[in-house]
Amino acid sequence: MTMFFTNPASPIAGRPGANAHDGARRPSLAARVLSDCAVVAGILAILAAIAWLVPAINAPVGPNGVPSTISTDPVNLPYYALRSVFRMALALLFSLIFTFAYGLSAARSRRLGKVLIPLLDILQSVPILGFLSATVTIWLALFPGSMMGVEAASIFAIFTSQAWNMTFSFYRSLKSEPVELDEAARNLRLTRWQRFWTLDVPNSMIPLIWNMMMSVGGGWFFLTASEMISVGNHTYALPGIGSYVAAASAEESPAKICWAILTMVIVVLLVDVCVWKPMTAWAEKFRITQSESSTPKRSVALTLIRQSHIDEWLGRLLRPVGDLLERVTRPLGRTGATWGARPGRRRAGDIAFDVTVGALVTFGAAELLVAISHSTGLGELGRAFGLGGITFLRVALLTLLCSAVWVPVGAIIGMNPRISRLVQPLVQVLASFPANFIFPFAVMFFVTCGVDINWGSILLMALGTQWYILFNIIAGASAIPDDLVEMSKSLRMGTWMRWRTLILPAVFGSWVTGGITAAGGAWNASIVSEIVSYGRHTLVAHGLGSYIAEATAHGEGMKTIIGVAVMAIFVVAVNRLFWNPLQRLADRRFMVG
Amino acid sequence: MNFNKLLNAVASETRTGGATAAATRTRGRRRTNPDFADLDANATHTVIEASHISQRFTSEKGHETTVLDDISFNLHEGEIVAVLGRSGAGKSTFLRILAGLVEPSDGQVSYRGKALDGPNPGVALVFQTFALMPWLTVQANVELGLEANGMPRAKRHELALAAIDAIGLDGFESAYPKELSGGMRQRVGIARALVLRPDALFMDEPFSALDVLTAENLRQEVLKLYQNRENAIKSILIVTHNIEEAVQMADRVVVLGSHPGHLIAQVPIDLSRPRDKHSAEFEATVDRLYAILTGKSRATDSQKSEKETARPRNSNKPSPVSSTSVSLSTADADTMKRQDNETVGLLPNATPGGLAGLLDVVSNYPVGVDLADLAADLSFEVDDLFPLIDAGTMLGLMTVSRGHCTITRSGERWCHADVLDAKRLFAGLAMEHAPLVRTIDHALRHHPDKGLRGELILDLLRRQHTDEEARLQFAIAVTWGRYGELFDYDADDDRLTLDEANR
Repeated sequence: MTMFFTNPASPIAGRPGANAHDGARRPSLAARVLSDCAVVAGILAILAAIAWLVPAINAPVGPNGVPSTISTDPVNLPYYALRSVFRMALALLFSLIFTFAYGLSAARSRRLGKVLIPLLDILQSVPILGFLSATVTIWLALFPGSMMGVEAASIFAIFTSQAWNMTFSFYRSLKSEPVELDEAARNLRLTRWQRFWTLDVPNSMIPLIWNMMMSVGGGWFFLTASEMISVGNHTYALPGIGSYVAAASAEESPAKICWAILTMVIVVLLVDVCVWKPMTAWAEKFRITQSESSTPKRSVALTLIRQSHIDEWLGRLLRPVGDLLERVTRPLGRTGATWGARPGRRRAGDIAFDVTVGALVTFGAAELLVAISHSTGLGELGRAFGLGGITFLRVALLTLLCSAVWVPVGAIIGMNPRISRLVQPLVQVLASFPANFIFPFAVMFFVTCGVDINWGSILLMALGTQWYILFNIIAGASAIPDDLVEMSKSLRMGTWMRWRTLILPAVFGSWVTGGITAAGGAWNASIVSEIVSYGRHTLVAHGLGSYIAEATAHGEGMKTIIGVAVMAIFVVAVNRLFWNPLQRLADRRFMVG
Repeated sequence: MNFNKLLNAVASETRTGGATAAATRTRGRRRTNPDFADLDANATHTVIEASHISQRFTSEKGHETTVLDDISFNLHEGEIVAVLGRSGAGKSTFLRILAGLVEPSDGQVSYRGKALDGPNPGVALVFQTFALMPWLTVQANVELGLEANGMPRAKRHELALAAIDAIGLDGFESAYPKELSGGMRQRVGIARALVLRPDALFMDEPFSALDVLTAENLRQEVLKLYQNRENAIKSILIVTHNIEEAVQMADRVVVLGSHPGHLIAQVPIDLSRPRDKHSAEFEATVDRLYAILTGKSRATDSQKSEKETARPRNSNKPSPVSSTSVSLSTADADTMKRQDNETVGLLPNATPGGLAGLLDVVSNYPVGVDLADLAADLSFEVDDLFPLIDAGTMLGLMTVSRGHCTITRSGERWCHADVLDAKRLFAGLAMEHAPLVRTIDHALRHHPDKGLRGELILDLLRRQHTDEEARLQFAIAVTWGRYGELFDYDADDDRLTLDEANR
């Protein structure tokens, strides 16, 4: 479970009933009409943008084939940004659909779950290039002669950087549904459709939205790789802000890169204000805990929508659709309508299932080994493991360094509510800003100062993943109970003693959560951090990431497979052998409260 | 379950009831026993019929534990049945099996003559923790079940409003559960069940999460709703660990014994309604239920005395309190050879501190005190009080006879001892009377390192009990052992060691 976020890192637990009280003081009529105008304008703008973009997406491929670069005129940046956001949104939509389907099947079918969850663990440790090299030809063949093929490949690539942690989060939520709510649903004999919308989705909403935010952040990070697709000695470039940065960097134009960074900052902020803020504020109503807490989450956009009449209109408009869907889905049956097979027969089925799956996996692994020994020889596997070891050391060092820096800083921020209120939104925005946009500057710095990329790549990987540690620590530190802090003061503990006995143990659990995410992210980031270029300079570090990236670019399929498989093995093994025991320890010993 | 034996047992209990209790009992009691027989014989108005249901769990290691053992039970139209039992009696499992939420390992449940293979369509359930969807308004929560039945929007709106009004929630339709107090939330839970016009309203400790006054108020409301025929609730099954609640509400009380859950007695309550809690009959019935419940708590050696109080007993089982022999030698042949036939009885879930507090209270009554009064004094419910009583009787600190408890000499001594003496006394009593504590102590003494992995003891317990129960037993034994300075446990290394003082 690499990039998976369980703890909605929020010290603010939402005031119960905050939403319901909004109706208590009704806004004036003028305010309502103004809100209506704003919301309608917003909807029209979105529709217009879609209508404008869609023809371009489906444009035929020109006589010279798919272009391998794009114009770097900064005037185009708003258009590129729009294209990138659109791509991101579509990928997110597909991720959501995938999440619901995959999560439901894994959670509801015991046997499928035994296969799907380990598979998901592997899928999320496969770097984006692995998916791209395997599928890009399929996408191009699906939409011959249209830019739609490349577009689809790009959206798929973004999808693969978004979907897995969302699916894990949804699966976890399904598995940890409160028992009594599940019993109530079955006792009321809800239909499956009804249960999905009244129990499954609401119950998973808060962690799911947090993971969607993370996913989009991850998607931005791999935007360059997904928009400027280099597979098998070919480069396909799509208009988008990621391609722009790659092209500008190839032109060695720092000014243009700065323009792209500025655009990206604006996009991240806009998305935060218009999408995530309202969504997280809205999702507070799905919080199950009854606990009272300090400040309610607010969002200007949400208030605007709530003030307008739009929700009522939409409600009235969609009600018949809802009723129809409700009737149409009735044949799906009721939730838990029958108990299923008796234990004896169930066990026999389990054994048959396990044997089949086991045989298939063994057969697949054997076939792969045979194929490897025929094409590149098994020695290649050894080489990949060696390179994996190097990347492993890099990831380990990075995790240590980031922890050494950000644990103290995060704890100090988190324990001071005033600072943390200011800093936390900033950290969240920083975390979703794609760090690889500043890689060109880092490369310039490495080249001028003569820094070895073998070390420098650690910095590059850290740029993208350090935030996970920081904002988990902030959340953990701000959850330390006040009376424990007061106790440490009243005992006149020295600074070091206070850290040793109170703060560090209290944030240990958050550190583990952040560390898993950061380390997993770093493995994936290695494919864009171990090989970086700026104009004529291309710096390549020894490591598994550069191995995969080069194999993909040169179209060496078998090497790509080997690299991806080895990386998956490393990530899964480190999680199982290192992080999972730590997490258990954290749950057992270091739970605060 | 052998019905005739049960019937005889109930009858004999009535005949041989204690002198004081017998005096207060009405002649009605005797008269009702035939009714009881009639009720079960008359199958035409049976709503739910459970025959020979058992529930067993198989752990990962293949050990099987029984949670419910061979229970047959019928729920009839027009009655309120209370299911009473102490913790570990499987009351909630029993309710869930009847509601079709859990599949029984053996036996069959039928609703109106039709065998269940999924949730019982005639049952609406009210939960202890309310189980409302927090993201839906009161109205939407109440409408859920109707929507599931495919009722049109307007119609279900109307019915839900009527149910909300009936339970006194009008004005709260658009509130979210988070905004309501516990009592109001439970009203929503009840409205959600009522609106379905269930044949059987099932309530799983519905008032135990509420404060005393709110609970009392809501109990009365439920009774009123039930008596109002318009609401068409045909029967109510209520699981409770509050004896007064059972006597106040029920027409019949089903008493379950623990480890594994089994039927001890079915007691008809034919007091006229509304029932006066302070009437002599009411109090006598409460005392009697206390007596039935304490009877089943005794350790094996005191069971011969049960003959004279003649409690009804599940026919074919040797001993309801599972004093099971666990052979330690199979687990660790080297160290534990000697304990071959050591018996491991269940420890009640009580802390030495709680026990000391209870003894303090009991020692204020030189001639002893009725459990019912004790419970009322301390506002304890069955689950609070009985573990302490069990621990006290197990260790010989007090004796309980027919719901009346008295402190013993050694109880007095422990009560008045200073801290160190109290620990020493407790250690001695625990070694003598608490088999699991003794077992652990012996095993530690015979081990060359004077240390053992806790997992070893847990594994032994898991052969007889569910994992949860095994962990609980282990935790209790460790608490007792630590208090008595017999042995110590390091949770990080999972290591039991003999205490310095005990070497």
